[in-house]
Amino acid sequence: MNARKRAWLAALALGLGLAVLPFALDGLLGPYWVRVLDFALLYAMLALGLNIVVGYAGLLDLGYIAFYGVGAYLYALLASPQFGIHWPFWATLPLGAALAALFGILLGTPTLRLRGDYLAIVTLGFGEIIRIFLNNLDAPVNITNGPQGITAIDAVHIGGFSLGRRHELLGMSVPSTVLYYYLFLICMLVVVFISLRLENSRIGRAWVAIREDEVAAEAMGVPTRNIKLLAFAMGASFGGLAGGLFASFQGFVSPESFNLMESIMILCMIVLGGMGHIPGVILGAVLLTVLPEALRYVGDLQRHVLGRVVVDPADLRMLLFGLALVLMMRFRPAGLWPSRRRQREFSATGDVAEQEQASLFDARR
Amino acid sequence: MSLLAVEQLRVAYGRIRAVQGLDLRVDEGEAVCLIGANGAGKTTTLKALAGLLPAQGAIQFDGHRLGGRPAHEIARLGLTLVPEGRGIFPRMTVLENLQMGAYARRDRHAVKDDLEQVFSLLPRLAERKTQKAGLFSGGEQQMLALGRALMSQPRLLMLDEPSMGLAPVMVQTVFGIIGQIIARGVSLLLVEQNARLALKVCQRGYVLEHGAATLSGPATELAADPAVQAAYLGEV
Repeated sequence: MNARKRAWLAALALGLGLAVLPFALDGLLGPYWVRVLDFALLYAMLALGLNIVVGYAGLLDLGYIAFYGVGAYLYALLASPQFGIHWPFWATLPLGAALAALFGILLGTPTLRLRGDYLAIVTLGFGEIIRIFLNNLDAPVNITNGPQGITAIDAVHIGGFSLGRRHELLGMSVPSTVLYYYLFLICMLVVVFISLRLENSRIGRAWVAIREDEVAAEAMGVPTRNIKLLAFAMGASFGGLAGGLFASFQGFVSPESFNLMESIMILCMIVLGGMGHIPGVILGAVLLTVLPEALRYVGDLQRHVLGRVVVDPADLRMLLFGLALVLMMRFRPAGLWPSRRRQREFSATGDVAEQEQASLFDARR
Repeated sequence: MSLLAVEQLRVAYGRIRAVQGLDLRVDEGEAVCLIGANGAGKTTTLKALAGLLPAQGAIQFDGHRLGGRPAHEIARLGLTLVPEGRGIFPRMTVLENLQMGAYARRDRHAVKDDLEQVFSLLPRLAERKTQKAGLFSGGEQQMLALGRALMSQPRLLMLDEPSMGLAPVMVQTVFGIIGQIIARGVSLLLVEQNARLALKVCQRGYVLEHGAATLSGPATELAADPAVQAAYLGEV
């Protein structure tokens, strides 16, 4: 009873904290940081999607950003002056997720027999193909507007209420970024909920089994083909959803946003946070979105202390970022906040003793 | 009618024909072994029956034709393979491994009962049920693989080289367990290098040479056959 009460209180505190967070950031650090926070939520959704493919099913996907691009461009095409179509978000967002899922199956089907490095290379190529398509589909028929991208994308409207403008609510002036924050938060909670349900289902167990030993899983009656395709489709659909949200939030998409570096960043988020563990993955996404932004201040700091900028903060950012990843892999290889399963998988302490004991058991017989 | 009836089984790896025209049957409740030298096609036969290799020929199991069915469907029909090298999930716990064995089943209460049964047959697993399976000794892993296979309620259990890589004392233990499984009435198809042990626990046997059965009959007869003794039992 007491523990339950405490859990409720913790959930309530977390909810309240999340509700006032954008206002606190706006007041303390300025409106720019609310924007960073919005992006942190988008990346959290992406990381949770990739987590299904890489973390649960163990299929290394280096082209994941393509699904983000598919979702973003679908939203952009169906809600912008590009074709003069202005569909509402409740149609375009699910459609984007569904189309991304279809692309996930499209990628999954020919790669079913591939594993490890080979799969990584093919998915990497897939990601690039999508980006290059987006870049070049402006001729002979102009669909994507090529490298210029699509502009003036509709913001999310609910009735006559646009999230793209500042509103006066309850006597407060609420900027667009804060309104989007709440939309993203709701979407992320939906994604977390679906991830949780999947993790603790038969499907989730089948994914773990495939990750461990695909042949053995098949021999246990797991339809490995369909279960792997499902991982690709589910992961991709989260990416597609995040892409649609991104397009509406930015009001502008171009192929630039969907390059290989982004795929690698998302992979870093889940590796850093703790692959296969939902809170860890979210932590990784937030950290890797916020840290590079925070490191921008290093330039100001140098000017303040040394009187001039000695090292360009942009260089320093990547340097510190790389260092952080190396240190992580050395000291916390399972991630900052790993699941109990991962911890077990990586743990080395006690292994030798247990194995000795096991062999002794054989010898005693 | 036989539980498993195989006629003219043919399996090839590219141009190399590993099994060429094997006839085989296992009756309900029967324990049958395949013995033969390395490369005679024993393991290939089991893999083909489990659907892990493409094969030609007529395979009839429990009233179903198996030709061309994917492995997971065959497993769901109750034809369970314990593969060579055991194929346990090394980073799952013992309990999770056993639960994976029951993956295709929907009858949760019966699964719980079967889990108790497996633990009573293999008390060593009960002791270590929350431990990572990859840390186990070879003998324990083989026990776990047997337990996991039993969790699928097999109609026919296929064991591929259960003695491989085990200490001699452990081989005795594992075969003791296999004997208990047979005594419970589980039908068995056993592939084994150690022909002596295989013929001891099984009722019938086939001798495989170059992908076909050259001899077959009751295990006691095979064990007494001078040719078998010379070739596989190490007696002169």
